[in-house]
Amino acid sequence: MSNAQALTKRDSARGEAARRDQEIEAPALIPLVDISEDDSGITLIADLPGASRETLSLDVHGDTLTIEAPIALEESDELKAVYAEVRSGRYRRSFTLSRELDSSHIDATLKDGVLTLRLPKLEQAKPRRIEVRPA
Amino acid sequence: MVSSLLRFPGDVFADFDELHRQLDRVLGTRNASSSIRAVQRGSFPAVNIGVTPEAVEIFAFAPGIDPSKLDVTVDKGLLTISGERSGYAAEAGAKVNVYASERSDGAFRRVVSLPEDANPDRVNATYRNGILRIQVQKREASRPRRIEVKDAR
Repeated sequence: MSNAQALTKRDSARGEAARRDQEIEAPALIPLVDISEDDSGITLIADLPGASRETLSLDVHGDTLTIEAPIALEESDELKAVYAEVRSGRYRRSFTLSRELDSSHIDATLKDGVLTLRLPKLEQAKPRRIEVRPA
Repeated sequence: MVSSLLRFPGDVFADFDELHRQLDRVLGTRNASSSIRAVQRGSFPAVNIGVTPEAVEIFAFAPGIDPSKLDVTVDKGLLTISGERSGYAAEAGAKVNVYASERSDGAFRRVVSLPEDANPDRVNATYRNGILRIQVQKREASRPRRIEVKDAR
């Protein structure tokens, strides 16, 4: 019985090691972005080649926006790598949002591996012209 | 593990690539034994290459390009990927502030030298989710083959 116990213990240890191996992957790639701001909001464009609409995750937690996506190559099992410039299986990048942005109305589109995010400003944060009346 | 292009052996050293590149730049020493067609890392589009028994597969990470404007040619054992990416990044103006402009735009061109056994007549290219995948079949003669042993009697 002690034998069997030792065996299961070893098995679980091995399983743990395997899991750890999977976790210790190359660090996520930081996608390149363009960010611009106009009167009504901020536009963020990110290059995410290999990301698909189903697997892309956009997460707003507090004031942090996180873009995360696995890279899918759909390579066949018998493919052997000979040269690689992209050496990570996923993208990840976070941004801190400011308070005047309306995080509940973020609009996102993904086309050909390019993510376009539109972060509108809250109505009261939009610039207003204050009229000066003659006294 | 080794079979995946994205977990290329040598991951441990991948972190040193940037350091290596900076050292190269500072010391002016490109690796003396590098390929004559080697390009600096960080070129657009990034390329991963793998082989199967039947084909050579090239994955080019080229997001945001109209497939009709992508040009793939094979000439004398050289595969050329060229095209143009229109920059839709906003121009800075009176009412627009630009905070980041990291993405490249404009014309690009990359050349990959194919192995001897690649057959330039059988090339297949597809574009999906911003990745251009090019499959170049190997010549029949170079594929692994099973040779039947006949009975001599």
